[in-house]
Amino acid sequence: MTANAQRPPSPDHIREPEVTPELGAEHGLKAQEYKHIIRILNRAPTYTELGIFSVMWSEHCSYKSSRLHLKKLPTDAPWVIQGPGENAGVIDIGDGQAAIFKMESHNHPSFIEPYQGAATGVGGIMRDVFTMGARPIANLNALRFGAMNHPKTPHLVGGVVAGIAGYGNCMGVPTVGGETNFDPGYNGNILVNAMTVGLADTDRIFYARGAEPDQPVVYVGSKTGRDGIHGATMASAEFDDNAEQQRPTVQAGDPFTEKLLLEACLELMQEDAIISIQDMGAAGLTSSSVEIAAKGGIGVEIDLDKVPQRETLMTPYELMLSESQERMLMILKPGREDFARRIFEKWDLDFSVIGRTTVARRLVIHMYGQCWCDIPVMPLVDDSPVYDRPHEPTPAATAINNADYPLPEGGIPAVLKTLVACPDLCSKRWIWEQYDSLVMGETYFSPGITGPQAPRTGDSALVRIAGYDKGLALTSDCTPRYCQADPASGGKQAVAESYRNICAVGARPLAFTNNLNFGNPEKPLIMGQFVGCLEGMAEAGRALEYPVVSGNVSLYNETNGQAIPPTPVIGGVGVIDHADKAMDIAFKAADECLLLVGPKGAHLGSSLYLRDVIGKTAGGAPHVDLALEAKHGAFMRMLIDRGLVTACHDLSDGGLAVALAEMAMAGRMGAKITIDDHDDPAGFWFGEDQGRYLVCAQQPDIVTALAAESGIDVWQIGHTAPDTLTFPGGAQIAVQELIEAHEKTLPDSLA
Amino acid sequence: MKVAILLFPGTNREKDMVMAFDAVGGVKAELVWHKETDLGKPDLIVLPGGFSYGDYLRCGAMAAHSPIMRDVIRHAERGTPILGVCNGFQMLIETGLLPGALLRNTSLRFICKPVHIACARTDTMFTRTMPEGYVMDVPVAHGEGNYYAGEDQVKALEDDGLVAFRYCTPDGKITPEANPNGSVANIAGIYNKRRTILGMMPHPENVTRAHQGLEGAPLFEALCDLQKVAA
Repeated sequence: MTANAQRPPSPDHIREPEVTPELGAEHGLKAQEYKHIIRILNRAPTYTELGIFSVMWSEHCSYKSSRLHLKKLPTDAPWVIQGPGENAGVIDIGDGQAAIFKMESHNHPSFIEPYQGAATGVGGIMRDVFTMGARPIANLNALRFGAMNHPKTPHLVGGVVAGIAGYGNCMGVPTVGGETNFDPGYNGNILVNAMTVGLADTDRIFYARGAEPDQPVVYVGSKTGRDGIHGATMASAEFDDNAEQQRPTVQAGDPFTEKLLLEACLELMQEDAIISIQDMGAAGLTSSSVEIAAKGGIGVEIDLDKVPQRETLMTPYELMLSESQERMLMILKPGREDFARRIFEKWDLDFSVIGRTTVARRLVIHMYGQCWCDIPVMPLVDDSPVYDRPHEPTPAATAINNADYPLPEGGIPAVLKTLVACPDLCSKRWIWEQYDSLVMGETYFSPGITGPQAPRTGDSALVRIAGYDKGLALTSDCTPRYCQADPASGGKQAVAESYRNICAVGARPLAFTNNLNFGNPEKPLIMGQFVGCLEGMAEAGRALEYPVVSGNVSLYNETNGQAIPPTPVIGGVGVIDHADKAMDIAFKAADECLLLVGPKGAHLGSSLYLRDVIGKTAGGAPHVDLALEAKHGAFMRMLIDRGLVTACHDLSDGGLAVALAEMAMAGRMGAKITIDDHDDPAGFWFGEDQGRYLVCAQQPDIVTALAAESGIDVWQIGHTAPDTLTFPGGAQIAVQELIEAHEKTLPDSLA
Repeated sequence: MKVAILLFPGTNREKDMVMAFDAVGGVKAELVWHKETDLGKPDLIVLPGGFSYGDYLRCGAMAAHSPIMRDVIRHAERGTPILGVCNGFQMLIETGLLPGALLRNTSLRFICKPVHIACARTDTMFTRTMPEGYVMDVPVAHGEGNYYAGEDQVKALEDDGLVAFRYCTPDGKITPEANPNGSVANIAGIYNKRRTILGMMPHPENVTRAHQGLEGAPLFEALCDLQKVAA
């Protein structure tokens, strides 16, 4: 017991401050919240208890501003096994298998310390997924940075990408997709949203719920240090110019330990030993023990002396609030402790029985022979404040007149060259080449324009399920400029685009996770953005039978009072029965017919054309016709399943012309276009009307006939041709010239 | 045919390797935990890719001191064929079974992308299935794959015919542009003197099935047929 010998036998070294309402305020508790704690306890809280209440009632853990509105989202479908409320969402994908997935933000830490912030974000989301018994099989990420020419941007991009790569690559989980945008609106608050998708058998899924009294509470994984204390509280406040001073609240990641933890947990999960399990994420030991206790309707008694510690003389307050990474809390079947211990010791991980569950629904903490916390569990969860914050709708944007924004000099080719090189659409090769997208060997589609042997580019990433024909289509989507102009339409559009991207590869959209990134909810306009986006998202989810099964809310993304654009990211999952039939976007051969499915373009409001070519932010978001989305999605899946198309791409940012250019670049092949609109060329070529796809077909007449049967608009717009995109009237641009412009932007801006 | 694939803490491409042997030759390879001390009598030992021990020290350095490595060295002396890919190549260098060093990529970033490598000679037990001038379209996925050896050492490798693969253009030209990581003389893989050990940075195991491309298959055809060579 030499290690313990260094520890003082008494708690004399612990000097705790006096607990007052002011100290409560420093912990982020409002005056009435502090009063409520006193009412619950019938006394003032101890310092440790104050810390526990403050993290459990933080925005990050309690969802106090958002909960009321999150209830509006559809969460059910016949294939949903577990909706929101557990570590991650679970859906049935057939053959006795489940996909388990979630997206989570690590925005605040990544701005303060980009490498570790992003790395631990990836580590945290993977833990959420394997906690439930799933082996992670794919990672995605949605990143938003400030303007490319902002002085902080290169450093933040470099750090975040290296952090994601450093963690994900080491774990041996392929990073197969995502999105990266640059916009001055994120200059002071970048967004780092990471998504993990795992695979489990439907009869071996593990939950936080289910614990009963008198069962052992077991701690596994890394030792606890003083890192990340109050991370959850930091993530629930705005930044000012001194944000970097909060660096000590950012945790450090250890992907090697997490890899061992993954293998050890999955090995133990093969046996009948775990009753309930919860990873230690935000608010570490506090939230994991409270979750397990609350969901089981029981209490937990913990002896903190038994928690493996990395540093000496730690206090109960520090141990309960530390956010040290790569740790798990589990409740084992009594008598299975030694069996479990052997597995964790094989993987060189700490394993310690730190307490027991109890009948009394209380959280009781002992250390150094003294009781530091004795509080009822349920109020920590149930009495956490719920706010119906005042919300004000975003004023409707004035409609624009397309005739005011004619094509500039140089016509379609010049605009195209600008758009394929603009920050939102330029090649993100510099980023994704740092991610191992191929490990596990089942990657069918992941981003980029690469050689014939490389994974192809589809509108969704696609990974096959090892040993089966089927594959999962995965995508992350959000168009913040639509959400800014019209939150309800923007929320609806984000879901619709996710749905469309999955249909465009030939897969059935099943469910999504979301990551709701907004500014300060105490401001009515920001709260209005949140409420509006959720309404749109709920309407789309219901209409498309595309429910949300997990998610994360990140508020207070503001610096010096300046909020980010509303950014509700959708992480979609779909399934395709035969991965080999999945369709990518690249042109394959010359003289194939190009068909536009859906209406001709006309909507230039809030478009990339307006913002990045004309230099104007104006107009409303495009209208989303959900019935049309569903009909067109089903049509695409049918065409792909029957092998009637050779390439398929949805129309989104930049409209028809950009979709054409992206298909051309992916296939290194041009096209000759024969259709035009002389009344409104800008709207026709660059309008961002929704619900549309561009496909390549060898037998266009069959496609046209099938479309007519379903009452779907289809236009033959031209055919593929070597090397050059040629438009009516003879305007043309070489595909190679587009590729060079497309590839140049990001390396140049980061150099 | 007995193939032993070593498993270290942090190894993560062992299943890719298992699948490659199965897909190409129907060979069921066996995973061996690093704490074992006896490999038995394998026909081939494979050190797969990953981040053994997190690569927190030099890549492969910790794994080189695992209990099982003593038996690997014993087998190497006996001439048992050994393949090391990526982190496995790094381990072979750290144990001294192959010469040189693997430094950080010149970009200082992790790189995952398809590259081309030219097979330098097609008469070894690893490459006898490849046509003369074979160019393999194969992915790399590493942060420290920049092969380095002193001038004399490189000359010795070349003179002795111990260079296995070089980064090249799709049509087989050895150019600086085709070199993804700064490796000296575009070296992507090398042999030991007896050409019983092959270490390489690219991942041939990730191009052995239809959706991946099949360019790595000839290597695995040769490996699945090693018993014949031995006999």
